Amino acid sequence: MIPELGHFALALAVAIAAAQAVLPIVGARARDARLMGAAPALAVGQMIALIAAYGCLIWSAVVNDFSVYDVAMNSSSHEPLFYRITGTWGNHDGSILLWCLVLAVCGGAVALFGRNLPSALRARVIGVLGIVSAGFLLFTLTASNPFQRMWPPPIQGAAINPLLQDPGLAIHPPILYTGYVGFSIPFAFAVAALLEGRVDATWGRWVRPWTLAAWCFLTCGIALGSWWAYYELGWGGFWFWDPVENASLLPWLTGTALLHCAIVVEKRETLKTWTVLLAIATFSLSLCGTFMVRSGILNSVHSFAEAPTQGVFILVLLAITIGGSLALFAFRAPAMAATGVFAPISREGALVLNNVLLCAICAVVFTGTTYPLFAALLHMELSVGAPYFHLTVVPLLVPLFAAMSVGPVLSWKRADLLPALLRLWWAAAIAALIGIAAEFGLHRSFAAAGFAGAAWLILGAFAEVIERIRLFRIPLANSWARLQAQPLGVWGAAVAHAGMGVTVAGIAGMSLAMSTIVAMTPGQTIGFGGYRWHVLDIRKVPGPDYTARVVDLQIMRDGRQVAVVHPSLRTFTQQKQTVTDTSIQTNLLRDLYIAPGGEQGGKMVLRLHVNPLAAFVWLGALVMALGGALSLIDRRLRVGAPARRGVVGVPA
Amino acid sequence: MIRSRFAAVLGVLLLFAGPAFALSSPSEMLANPVLEKRAEALGMQLRCVVCQNESIEQSNASLAQQFRGIIRRRVEEGWSDKRIIAWMVQRYGTFILLRPPFNPMTWLLWGAPALALLVGGAAVVLARRRHPTSPEPLSPAEQQRLADLLK
Repeated sequence: MIPELGHFALALAVAIAAAQAVLPIVGARARDARLMGAAPALAVGQMIALIAAYGCLIWSAVVNDFSVYDVAMNSSSHEPLFYRITGTWGNHDGSILLWCLVLAVCGGAVALFGRNLPSALRARVIGVLGIVSAGFLLFTLTASNPFQRMWPPPIQGAAINPLLQDPGLAIHPPILYTGYVGFSIPFAFAVAALLEGRVDATWGRWVRPWTLAAWCFLTCGIALGSWWAYYELGWGGFWFWDPVENASLLPWLTGTALLHCAIVVEKRETLKTWTVLLAIATFSLSLCGTFMVRSGILNSVHSFAEAPTQGVFILVLLAITIGGSLALFAFRAPAMAATGVFAPISREGALVLNNVLLCAICAVVFTGTTYPLFAALLHMELSVGAPYFHLTVVPLLVPLFAAMSVGPVLSWKRADLLPALLRLWWAAAIAALIGIAAEFGLHRSFAAAGFAGAAWLILGAFAEVIERIRLFRIPLANSWARLQAQPLGVWGAAVAHAGMGVTVAGIAGMSLAMSTIVAMTPGQTIGFGGYRWHVLDIRKVPGPDYTARVVDLQIMRDGRQVAVVHPSLRTFTQQKQTVTDTSIQTNLLRDLYIAPGGEQGGKMVLRLHVNPLAAFVWLGALVMALGGALSLIDRRLRVGAPARRGVVGVPA
Repeated sequence: MIRSRFAAVLGVLLLFAGPAFALSSPSEMLANPVLEKRAEALGMQLRCVVCQNESIEQSNASLAQQFRGIIRRRVEEGWSDKRIIAWMVQRYGTFILLRPPFNPMTWLLWGAPALALLVGGAAVVLARRRHPTSPEPLSPAEQQRLADLLK
């Protein structure tokens, strides 16, 4: 009964989305206030229908209703409740339903929070979201219905993939999808602007917070995925340049560019066409990221196996969404003229440079990821792996990082480069000193350059704040008063830029990582990386749906105990799969990382890693997202945009 | 992983950085640490052909294990890196190279960064030429007023 209700709610959502796709846009064109006024109600209705549908799916998993195919294939009554719930999005059909749910929530958010948007713009935005929703909901209903029944139902479900049975990965898809799908809002605003033929500061003011929110989620989502790979896959690495990882990086790069462009549109009313194009590109890359990879076109360890018909359906949907919006752009973009003017050396100029570099990195990653696909069409087999990306991306990152600290101290419209650089001399000097000290201390040029870059980014990030409070140029008390008066948006930018510096420091630290492989018996001690590693015991421990071989390992330094850790090998009885449960002991400055590799003749093979500054890699991403959040709660951004003149419409 | 980035970026400076990650037992490692490092660096550049997107040093597949053994034997026999890579490519094709070779088929791939920068730069220059958007320089009177305001 409950799955049928979910099925019905899904069908209802398709119908509502279809109405949402047509009525508001027709209404905006015909200037019919009633049709436009229907938009928020339809968006909220679709959201409620999908929440109900997803609730039914979760209910089916919670009560172990194995007559539902999706539950039978991906859940089991032996699993803890938490993983039965998160298992609903740990598979293809459920994850697409979740994707649609997030899209519907985005539509609902525009309807609920966008009350003082001009009604024609709001109707068009919600209409565009409705078009995207209708397509993907139709796909869910017809080709990947998670409520499909199977008869006779199995007595026990097949259970979730053990690799996915992990708290980090369990919450990863909702966060990542919120990031991916959140970019549908700037996309809808961009398409609405093209339909309307107008982009102005009001538009920029509306687009920016939505972009920022999506960007924060995507940043956290990518960091969470990378962290999961670090502790769960057990190689001690955090980024593998895998197609799935690259697919999430692509919209992040263009999304970051979009974020900065939206500022220019809002403040200076220029770079409009470019911003619209970036908004379209970012959501298009999000769509590709979610579905191209899932369709199995690109080789990946993460992709779910898929039926070819589903792939074709998805490709047609992608072609319509992406191709349609780009065609609209080609027709309508020339009509939008920039009003603001700026000199090449100015804040705008720096943001243009930021965009060129970010998009160049995006193009390189895209080329590298898809090249094997095109080479295969020409009957040539080749691989593009990590060495390619390191050689091509790092040279583009260097000028980007160099400019990241300079841009914010330049003034809008026109600026002088030399005085701006002089304001940063102290940051450059400290960064150079750190780099030189690291080079002499470590004799590792990559790490030394990385630490210098990190210092430059972190110090440079706060240069604008220091400039604004005129530190040491006016009395300290006055500086303090100015500091308290700084809007949160200024802090947000500084914190986000500093976060990048923290991540760079982490990457530099990780380049100094050491590892070894040892086979040890209980009672044995070895020395490695400045620590003594002593195996206390190797035990057998039963878990809820697995049995584990646990190693009790004591780590000592200078005769004192640092930690006792318990890495294990978990053999999941039902799935007959063994998963490495690594142990990570961190004090933020270094990770002691232990991964058991298997037992051989009474000895346990252990991989021991000492990873300096590993935590900084993800900490930096969190700081970046925190910076975004600070900007989001800035009052200046929360205050509604002033209503525009001459727009026909009714209040909601 | 990060070591491979390190090695790739500073390939000339530090050719042989990169620890082994997936050796299934310590006995696989060569006794001579210099040779072992060379073998690891070589392994990081070769793709495991069974699993996707993992180098043979990172892969747990038995085929990757065999490859690791082969490379270590060749290294011990005194083959040069170039010769070992060429030998592997000859047997398993360019697919095995994680770092694709530079040839007419991959010009576009390796040229991507320069091309992207060129296209981006050209787009900026063209856009600015079409709509001359530079502001007028300040007149002496305006400069005077600005200096007064900033005092």
